[in-house]
Amino acid sequence: MTDTIEAAPPPQLDERVGRRSAVARLFARPEAGALAGAIIIYVFFFVVAPPFRNASSFSSVLYVSSTYGLMAAPVALLMIGGEFDLSAGVAVTSSALCCSLFSYEFTTNMWVGVLVALVLSLVIGFINGWVVVKTGIPSFLVTLGTFFMLQGLNLALTQTITNQVASPSISNIQGFNSAQKVFASSFSIGGVNIRTSIIYWIVIVAIATWILLRTRTGNWIFSVGGSAPSARAVGVPVGRMKIALFMGVGLLAWFTGMIILFQFNTIQSGQGVGNEFVYIIAAVVGGCLLTGGYGSAVGAGIGALIFGMVNQGIVYAGWDPDWFTFFVGALLLGAILLNTYIRRRAEANR
Amino acid sequence: MTSTLESNQKTADPLVRLTNAGKHYGTIIALSDISLEVSAGEVTCVLGDNGAGKSTLIKIIAGLHQPSEGTYEVEGEAVAFSSPREALERGIATVYQDLAVVPLMPVWRNFFLGNEVSKGLRMDIAFMREKTKEEMLAMGIDLRDVDQPIGTLSGGERQCVAISRAVYFGAKVLILDEPTAALGVKQSGVVLKYVIQARERGLGVIFITHNPHHAYPVGDRFLLLNRGRSIGYYEKSQVTRDELTGLMAGGNELEALSHELEAAGGASASVAAALSEEVGELGLAHDTDGQQPSSSHTTTPPSTSA
Repeated sequence: MTDTIEAAPPPQLDERVGRRSAVARLFARPEAGALAGAIIIYVFFFVVAPPFRNASSFSSVLYVSSTYGLMAAPVALLMIGGEFDLSAGVAVTSSALCCSLFSYEFTTNMWVGVLVALVLSLVIGFINGWVVVKTGIPSFLVTLGTFFMLQGLNLALTQTITNQVASPSISNIQGFNSAQKVFASSFSIGGVNIRTSIIYWIVIVAIATWILLRTRTGNWIFSVGGSAPSARAVGVPVGRMKIALFMGVGLLAWFTGMIILFQFNTIQSGQGVGNEFVYIIAAVVGGCLLTGGYGSAVGAGIGALIFGMVNQGIVYAGWDPDWFTFFVGALLLGAILLNTYIRRRAEANR
Repeated sequence: MTSTLESNQKTADPLVRLTNAGKHYGTIIALSDISLEVSAGEVTCVLGDNGAGKSTLIKIIAGLHQPSEGTYEVEGEAVAFSSPREALERGIATVYQDLAVVPLMPVWRNFFLGNEVSKGLRMDIAFMREKTKEEMLAMGIDLRDVDQPIGTLSGGERQCVAISRAVYFGAKVLILDEPTAALGVKQSGVVLKYVIQARERGLGVIFITHNPHHAYPVGDRFLLLNRGRSIGYYEKSQVTRDELTGLMAGGNELEALSHELEAAGGASASVAAALSEEVGELGLAHDTDGQQPSSSHTTTPPSTSA
């Protein structure tokens, strides 16, 4: 009798690791919570807001989502790499202003302005990253500084140069049409108008995900955010990696800036303030940890979609839009609680 | 002490040999007159209390520091490493206490971190996952899921990942810095098993510890350090576990402490009595004064070329 009870477990099998079902595996992924949330919110607005149900209004939900989602992807990568960028929201406006004012004031071809803006955005990203890496000051503080500096520059320079609070219309500048075609055109499928930024959004999320999960660079991003000293010890160039991530945010800030600029052919100098939090919220809702080392670009994409759905859904449901920020705050809080729970399980299971 | 140089004529040169090595930091003598060697398929244990000079010794062997005196040879060739990377290129890998792993990352990503295998732009994930599983199996761990975050493994298993990672990337000599220090009894046993496993695979292991109970079962040689000096260098056949324990505890120091406590009187006296009893049991009082014959190499090391 005692023999059967005390029978040794089969050798080489770790008795502490239980079997996990396929469902449990799915829910262990960082974006699982965001996916569940997106489905619930979609169904919710599908029920309460009749206009939400038709394809063309959902196309505009996707457009709104894309303007945030394009930035949420690189911001998510940066957060996985262990850093923040609070200047990301106004950096989009800086890039758009730079492009339009440069081409307008120096009467150059539109594309010259586009390239100058690209250089500016990459330089802003580089400076953010370089200061963080060289000084070791938390990126929260460094980019808070650059955030306010850029905000001031956007307002002051636009005022000084144009005597206005917005950039002048650029639709007559040579090259505008081709640039608009590239950055802000649309096409139609089955009578539904679809903006190209939606396609760009999906492509960027796909590229970011591929980098993160399938390349050496992705491995390094996880490692510099998860434990920089360990990463350094095995030869990962931690500093260069972080600077590259900040420049990635700069690159997409430029791209998003161009999309917005060529959509409306003018841009308000005070625009973009507060968006940095939207990007971070999208990334966190999508499963990124504030402490770095964990997260997903797909999750950030879904986070941006949730943001877009709530944003437009409230309008379609005929509610007071003032409720919007309340919803966003509640979503963020819920996501953080979920993420903390997941991380505890991942880290503390011994 | 110079007899070490003449020994091992038949067998190949040891993987690592320090002869009369010392290290000064300005006027502070951190380490002096240390001789040690490790050959393939052998475990050399370095024992010492805090501040005995263990970490200085590791730093010399790992290539972080150069010895201020004495010689350092790798496979019979004198070397002067200027960085840990150079030591690594000669196959000397150090597994530090913090292990250099990223807790939230999967085991296979940790295993290949910094040495990723790529096919064009993308990583060869299938290969890396399979290799990780294989290498862990070779060390006696059957990982059910190489995708689980390494933070979910036990302390002993994590140590094992770090060890097998070093082995996979070409280590011939492993320096293990206090691998059992933060572990419980059972987990320590697991790690000791991997130390033996690594030895059987033909690696030389330098096992740094302050616990003679962990050192004795796995070690082939034992170097005891105290205050930067060698207080003994033994083959396993020359020393028993109790002697080792006594040397570690520093028999005469323990006795001095017991006198001190006795003088203090009161509750300390009973502690002192217990201490002196222990010293008596170990039979060590006054034996450890002066240098032990640190290399009476009449016995050839039990080298196994697996």
